[in-house]
Amino acid sequence: MDYLAQQLINGLVLGSIYGLIAIGYTMVYGIVGMINFAHGDIFMIGGFIALITFLILVSIGLTAIPLILLLVLLVSMALTALYGWTIERIAYRPLRHSFRLAPMLSAIGMSFVLTNFSQVAQGARVKPVPPIITGGYTLHESADGFAVRISNIQIIVVITTVVLLALFTYLVARTRLGRDMRACEQDQKMASLLGVDVDRTISMTFVIGAALAAVAGMMYLLYYGLVDFFMGFVAGIKAFTAAVLGGIGSLPGAMLGGLLIGLIETLWSAYFSTEYKDVAAFSILIVVLIFMPTGLLGRPEVEKV
Amino acid sequence: MVAAASTSSKPTRGVDAAFIVKKAVISALVALVLFSLMIGVRTEAGSDGQLTYWTRFGDLAAMVATVFVGSIVIELLRHWWGPVETVRVVPPSATKALSFAGRALVPVLLIFTFLVPVIFYNERYILDLGILVLTYVMLGWGLNIVVGLAGLLDLGYVAFYAVGAYSYALLATTFGWSFWMCLPLAGILAAFFGILLGFPVLRLRGDYLAIVTLAFGEIIRLVLLNWQSLTGGPNGVSGIPRPTMFGIPLTPGDDGLAALLGIEFSPTHRIVFLFYLIFGLALITNWATIRLRRLPIGRAWEALREDEVACRALGINTTTTKLTAFAIGAMFGGFAGACFVTRQGFISPESFTFHESALVLAIVVLGGMGSQLGVALAALALIGGFELFRGLEQFRMLVFGMAMVLLMIWRPRGLIGHRAPTVFLERNQAISSDLVKEGAG
Repeated sequence: MDYLAQQLINGLVLGSIYGLIAIGYTMVYGIVGMINFAHGDIFMIGGFIALITFLILVSIGLTAIPLILLLVLLVSMALTALYGWTIERIAYRPLRHSFRLAPMLSAIGMSFVLTNFSQVAQGARVKPVPPIITGGYTLHESADGFAVRISNIQIIVVITTVVLLALFTYLVARTRLGRDMRACEQDQKMASLLGVDVDRTISMTFVIGAALAAVAGMMYLLYYGLVDFFMGFVAGIKAFTAAVLGGIGSLPGAMLGGLLIGLIETLWSAYFSTEYKDVAAFSILIVVLIFMPTGLLGRPEVEKV
Repeated sequence: MVAAASTSSKPTRGVDAAFIVKKAVISALVALVLFSLMIGVRTEAGSDGQLTYWTRFGDLAAMVATVFVGSIVIELLRHWWGPVETVRVVPPSATKALSFAGRALVPVLLIFTFLVPVIFYNERYILDLGILVLTYVMLGWGLNIVVGLAGLLDLGYVAFYAVGAYSYALLATTFGWSFWMCLPLAGILAAFFGILLGFPVLRLRGDYLAIVTLAFGEIIRLVLLNWQSLTGGPNGVSGIPRPTMFGIPLTPGDDGLAALLGIEFSPTHRIVFLFYLIFGLALITNWATIRLRRLPIGRAWEALREDEVACRALGINTTTTKLTAFAIGAMFGGFAGACFVTRQGFISPESFTFHESALVLAIVVLGGMGSQLGVALAALALIGGFELFRGLEQFRMLVFGMAMVLLMIWRPRGLIGHRAPTVFLERNQAISSDLVKEGAG
């Protein structure tokens, strides 16, 4: 029972990271209708920028951990957002009214560019960081000595995710930008006739998605203590799986899907085998889609003839 | 790169120097911020596991300068060659010459391919490259059935390639069966996996289909990687027997082909044989595709691609249509996989990553989706181009990715953007593929 509780905590943390990335996929899909294959690599870039910023801040003599973390968060969000913006400008905007597969292939190309850019720029070796946040709490200790623990970093990941989600939901539901985004999602032409700057809204979507991915990248760095140039691919596919599982285009769906994928992965490695955890996650995706072809919270697509 | 970003304004008649410089400065500034940490600072884990970093402001400055100059060059090029509203008048003689060249292209290419082993007999490298290109041509034609004809977006095509390769490798090493026995089996097994994938995705459309096929490809790869007792896991399968020419081995021994023909043995014989083998298989793929397009099932595929709802309304069984598309596409992928293995003599799951699927899909889309010739040309361009950069090991994938983005922006409809419909009323009229919504699933 305690073992299960521990695995649930671990899965929740992993799921939060996936969920943050999945939101970027689902948002872009909702508005532009394309799979942003480069999003996983944006997450990786976010992790790298967080790492470099952290190194620089430590080496210039900052010691206050909360201040460092805050600065790292801000810098990596800002820079990664600029990456998202630039990629949209270069690779996706010229293809916006092209046929469906074109932006997707362009995105796959962009994903190769980003992966190999960071390999060339930062080397192929895994970059480890010493644990920055240590300590934790023992929640419950059973008679045979197994303790359910939650570490501080896990608490931080979950709290950050919850806060960001709240902010993000507020942004989409209440602000001008959110209204524009929802308008573009429904009908771009009509939105532009009613005075919504469609180009700007789409850019902002990419910027926000990239900023959230940067947060996920930083959380990943803090939680696992390493980054490498190839981590974007697997994380990206998992997060995309999460987005589809939850119903692509639906924001709560993305978070739910992320949590589910995180939990499945953790529980499968805990009770069955680590090797097949990804197989389990993908298989469950396939099974869910067989019975619910639009995901858990997705709207059924109505096709007009 | 960054310069290509700003496409919003239309080019004016005169060269607007101030505008171009302003754009270039903005691009350079964006590049400065983007690259400041990723290029300006290099991190590396030291021997004690401690991370260190050093700065590379020289590289950073060079990159920013490149972006600045590149931005100006692109703006100027766009100004001169850009989409200014001009009608390019082509003289009728030139059009005629072009159409003649277009008709002559296919036979010329065929003859040239047939002669490649003769011309380049002593150039092992070119022969190997030829085999590689032909393998991808075959993969491209196989995927073309699924994506180009039936309009089902498949991101996990590499799975069938892997199934074909592994079934050949395992059958040949475990049972010692000959190449000619294993090849059909590899195709059949791949087709079976195609149907296996087809069933769950029957109800899915568009991007849901894309992600499930991608997941399927990853599942196959992960199983191959982890099922150590069967597939040897990451070590792969080695010592795969070479193909024989209908029972005659291509070895230096007494019973080898060279001894039988009374000519001196050369290892090139095997390469040439492989070349013709895969060339023949590719031609069979092409022939089968062309024939299938004229059968009711081929018509049903194209109808499915254009409109699934209308397809149903007309009484076409979409289930069998989709399943046959997956199965036949997968079968050709399986053949290509078997050929790949005989060439390598060794396989491991490393050869079957998502990257391969993306590469084959890029070949199909660049080839113009549905155009057999276009796919062949795109395979030649991509694989050949990829080989050109072999010297730049690290930068190869970077250049490849950039090329993919640029090609998509330049010709989103592929190299051959027009194609003739297979069925037409009264007169044949080329359809611009802009009118067709491919891959809508």
